[in-house]
Amino acid sequence: MDFKLTPEQEALKKEFEDFFEVEMKHEPEDWVWGLEGLFSDAGWPFNVYMAKRLAEKGWLVRPWPEEYGGCNAPMIEQLIFGDVLGYYCAPGVDPLGVGMIGPTILAVGTEEQKKEHLPPIAKAERFWCQGWSEPNAGSDLASLTTKAVKDGDDWILNGQKCWNTGAHRADWCFTIARTNPEERRSKGLTYFILDMKSPGVSVVPIESMDGSKHFNEIYFDDVRVPSRNVIGEVNGGWAITQATMNYERSSVGIMSGASRGLNELVQYCKETSLRGKPLSQNPHVRHRLAQLAIDIEVGRTLSYRVGWLQEKEDIMAAAAAACGAKVYSTELWQRVAFTGIEIMGLYGTVAKGSKWAVLKGQFEDLAQSTPGYKLGGGTSEIMRSIVAWVGLGLPRIK
Amino acid sequence: MDLGFSEEQEMLRKTARDFLETECPTSLVKEMAEDEQGYTSELWGKMAELGWMGLALPEEHDGMGMSFLDLAVLLEEMGRACLPGPFFSTVVLGGLTILEAGNEEQKKEFLPKIAAGEAILTMALTEPSASYDPASITVKAVPDKDDYVISGTKLFVENAHIADYLICVTRTKDGAGKGEDGITLFLVDGKSPGITTTLLKTIAGDKQCEITFDNVRVPQKNMLGERDKGWPVVAKILQKATVAKCAEMIGGAQAALDMSVAYAKERIQFGRPIGSFQAIQHHCANMVTDVDGSRFITYQAAWKVSEGLPAVMEVSMAKAWVSEAYRRVTQLGHQIHGGIGFCMDHDMPLYFKRAKAAEPTFGSADWHREIVARELGL
Repeated sequence: MDFKLTPEQEALKKEFEDFFEVEMKHEPEDWVWGLEGLFSDAGWPFNVYMAKRLAEKGWLVRPWPEEYGGCNAPMIEQLIFGDVLGYYCAPGVDPLGVGMIGPTILAVGTEEQKKEHLPPIAKAERFWCQGWSEPNAGSDLASLTTKAVKDGDDWILNGQKCWNTGAHRADWCFTIARTNPEERRSKGLTYFILDMKSPGVSVVPIESMDGSKHFNEIYFDDVRVPSRNVIGEVNGGWAITQATMNYERSSVGIMSGASRGLNELVQYCKETSLRGKPLSQNPHVRHRLAQLAIDIEVGRTLSYRVGWLQEKEDIMAAAAAACGAKVYSTELWQRVAFTGIEIMGLYGTVAKGSKWAVLKGQFEDLAQSTPGYKLGGGTSEIMRSIVAWVGLGLPRIK
Repeated sequence: MDLGFSEEQEMLRKTARDFLETECPTSLVKEMAEDEQGYTSELWGKMAELGWMGLALPEEHDGMGMSFLDLAVLLEEMGRACLPGPFFSTVVLGGLTILEAGNEEQKKEFLPKIAAGEAILTMALTEPSASYDPASITVKAVPDKDDYVISGTKLFVENAHIADYLICVTRTKDGAGKGEDGITLFLVDGKSPGITTTLLKTIAGDKQCEITFDNVRVPQKNMLGERDKGWPVVAKILQKATVAKCAEMIGGAQAALDMSVAYAKERIQFGRPIGSFQAIQHHCANMVTDVDGSRFITYQAAWKVSEGLPAVMEVSMAKAWVSEAYRRVTQLGHQIHGGIGFCMDHDMPLYFKRAKAAEPTFGSADWHREIVARELGL
């Protein structure tokens, strides 16, 4: 057992930190990290700027093979990168392109698909969205009803998707549709990728409770998708969605983002007095902040363990650990947000933009966005069930 | 970075697991909780043959020369087995303290005895104030010719009733305030005239004692470390003991989890295993996070301590977290087991009781949160 980084890894970490230290100075005024920050009118240009800068450095897809723009970086280096990226609350890494479809194509795509789709992701020339959930197929994704019917060499897609983060900005979409109506549930589904400019694709924004509009609905109305855009086998899409879900689930960035938030909160409590006494001397405040620091440190070890298990190719253990880390990190993040606004009292409720907002109103913002993080990408309840099924071998009701 | 055990550690873990499963069944644990001695010389002797008492002691003192991290691996298994007896007090509180502060003569005299299982030790640190703060040390040691004379009461001293030697933490400076200055350690023969030991009845039957020192004479040569400068030694040992306790606790938490998952798979209600119900599955998933979280925060602290790196923050983070996690795990374990787990005959109560006993030992979660707050600069 050894918890230290090698001198090379320390140097790499420093290089990442120096980069973000400089680049984050381009942050727009009143910009707050989060899904809204990535996709809003104010945030999107900054997101694209950072993506291009990261691509220039060759850092967007470091774990990928060299021929597709990466450098075969080991998992531990990716964890360090995610750690630093999260700490600086930096945008630029497309969670869907870099995080999900890229690794999926790398794993199961054809040579042609790799050549066509991986380089634009590595160069930050093409952004992606995910088209999985539907109004009546959320946690129970296998009950989806979007259909794809073969027509010559193409497939014709019809249906409605929802909760599509950043679909209004995306160039391409990866989606799943029923291709064999005779089969039930997870059988007879096919994994497609498609150009969002295809005729018949329309995107309608969904306004979230915090006023942001990063979620969307996508409607497919006779959308024609060529056969070469099927990922994997026809009717074999389900297994690929399951694999896709397991990429990039170490949650390390959330832990380090939470750590950044805590540091700012600690500083605030040192500098702010309530009834003539610094908040930092209030025993209740001290203990709440200490507990968050402890929780974050536990979370960091849990995240690094996911990466370590992935590196060892202990796939099932890694999947279960990743689900556990996802629940833990998103719930912890919410505790950080809530603790922040509770310590700030009335000031905690003031949104960014006001002269009365504390710490740019980021805790008010975070408090409203964290409920979404506990739902997106698998609810806490589904994640816990996966830990029980996959990690502990508890029986599953079919 | 490597979050796995080395081959040697894995071997140690496996040997310990197999040995304790055979030699330390829960029936023995329960028997020993009621027994006044609290251990059997048979099991103690077998552990000594395996070299466990000397595992983390240097080879020159008949130890195995392994690291503190290795000791943590062994302690995790002991926690899993709820091993009764004076291993922790002898090795962690006794042996490591002598190794830290003893002079050559003392090391030569005591460490081989400890390694051979021929001496039982403990540390008489806490007093009726029940605090791990230097200010709480009031038991006095007064010089008198070639001896020191110790008077006062120590409380919550594990295994004092069977200890051959007590490392007594005393105050040797009059009017020196109540801080770290003026604290001195003595190696006291457990059978010295003037020592009275009373066994307390506690939640886990873990042999906590009250000791009264009534003008107990200790030869000056039994002073451990420098006069008046004993607290830094105590602080160092407390750090190790705290991590060591966490290691024991994760062993217990893992056992409670394993037992609960196994029961959830076999217990049938409403025509199916209760482990197929989401409520039970989610309890189990929460237990996994608590156990895994405990394990890595503890081993991170153990690694730092083992490497001699500063670890104040990490140790306190570990104890604050593990204290509450072990409690949560045993509570959920009880929920999963239902009524059967509430019975004295069942093994679940062993873990619940030990979790509750371990919570305040070497500082509660609140105590350690305060240290973390200080370390955060608050």
